[in-house]
Amino acid sequence: MNEPREDEIQALVDDRLDPTRRTEIENWLVLNPDAAARVADLRAQRVTVQQAFDGLLDRPVPARFRNIGAAQATGVGPVWRMAAMVTLVVMGAVGGWFANEALAPDEAVTTAFTRDAVRAHSLYVGEKRHAVEVNATEEKHLVAWLSRRLQNELVAPDLSEQGYQLVGGRLLPASVAGPAAQFMYETEAGERITIYIEQDQSGRGNDFRFTAYDGVSAFWWKDGPLAYVLIGTSERAELLALAQTTRRQFTP
Amino acid sequence: MARTSFDLVEPYIPSLRRYALVLLRYDEQRADDLVQDCLLRALSRWHLWRHPGNLRGWLFTILHNIYVNDVARAASRPDVVEIQDYFPAMAVPANQTHSIQLKEAVRAIQGLPDTQRQTLLLVTMEGFSYDETAEITGVPIGTVMSRLSRARDKVREEVSGEDRTRGRSAT
Repeated sequence: MNEPREDEIQALVDDRLDPTRRTEIENWLVLNPDAAARVADLRAQRVTVQQAFDGLLDRPVPARFRNIGAAQATGVGPVWRMAAMVTLVVMGAVGGWFANEALAPDEAVTTAFTRDAVRAHSLYVGEKRHAVEVNATEEKHLVAWLSRRLQNELVAPDLSEQGYQLVGGRLLPASVAGPAAQFMYETEAGERITIYIEQDQSGRGNDFRFTAYDGVSAFWWKDGPLAYVLIGTSERAELLALAQTTRRQFTP
Repeated sequence: MARTSFDLVEPYIPSLRRYALVLLRYDEQRADDLVQDCLLRALSRWHLWRHPGNLRGWLFTILHNIYVNDVARAASRPDVVEIQDYFPAMAVPANQTHSIQLKEAVRAIQGLPDTQRQTLLLVTMEGFSYDETAEITGVPIGTVMSRLSRARDKVREEVSGEDRTRGRSAT
C-alpha cells in the first residue's frame, strides 16, 4: 500500500475517512510506529481540545443578545413580537433548568448535547405535517442514512411493547461535533417522544441521568461512541422503561 | 407558529460566543461585541442566506469576516485575561494531570499563528467539515489541510515539550 497522504492522516484523526481506507492506513500504521505515535497523540489532542472548550458553551446568554430578537420584533408586527417573547420564555426556561441542576464537571460536558436535544424535541414535536424528514414507511433508508452520517451503526428501536410506533426521523446539526440524529415515536393517542443521538468523543459509558423542567423530561446516557437523550412528557418511570428498552437495542 | 430569523439564529449564539471568546483570547467584552455585530449583520442581510442552507456555517463565515477585517486589524491587545482565570468556566475534570493537559493544550493553541488557530478551532472545537472550514475562512481546502496539519504538530510539540521538562519518565 502507498504511504498515506498528509490530508488522509488528518482525516483519520478526525474520523472522516471512509472505512476501507481507514483500515488500510491503520494496517500501515502498525508497521510505522513513528507515524502511529503521532496519530495517537493527535487523536488524544483532538479530544483534549474539545473538552477544554466545551464548558464555554454553557455560559448564560446576556440580555444584549435577547434584545436583538426583541428589537427585531418591534415594528415588524404582532407575530414577530410574539415569537420573540416565546424565545425569551424558552431561553429563560432552559437557562433555569441548567442553572438549577447542580452539575458535576463531567455532567457539564453533557449539557451542550442535552440542550440541543431538548431544543430539537420542542421544535419538532408539535409539527403535524413536517414532524420528520424521513417517514417511518422508509425506515430502512432512514436508519441507513443516519448511520452513515453519524458514522455508527444506528437502529430505530422497537418500542411497540410500550405502545410507541416510529413516526420517522431527521438529521440535525449538533453544536458540539458532527451531525445528530433524531427519531420520533408516538402512541395511538398522539403522545410523542424523541430519541436524540450524537457522536460522543469521550468514549465513556454512564448510567441513566434524569432531568426535567416545564413538563419535559429527559433521560440521557452514553455508550461507547454515542450519546443518547430520550425526551418526552410521560411519567418518569415510563420514560425510564423506554430509555432502557432503547439502550438494550443499541447495545445487544 | 411563524418563526423569526432571530429564532433560527438563536440556537447558534452559544457556539458563536465561544468561538469569538477563544479567538479574542478571553476578552469577553470584545468577543460579545463581535458576536453582536455578526448577528446584526446576519439579520440585516437575511435575504442573502440561501434557504435551506447551512445556517451555522453562514453565521461563522460572517463572524470570521468581521474578525479578519475589523477586529484583528486593530491588533494590539494588552488587556488580555490570563488563561488560568478562565478555567472555572471550563469543564475541567477533577483529575489533576488531565487538567494540566487541558491548560497546556489551550496555551499552545493560543500561541499559534492566527490562521492556524482559526482552522484548528473550526475543525476540532466546532466540528466543521474541511469543506465548511474552507468556505468560512475563504481559502482552498488544500490550505485548510496544511494549516490543520501544522497547527496540530505545533500543539503536539509544545505539549510533549512541557511533559519532558516536568520529567516524563515519571509516568
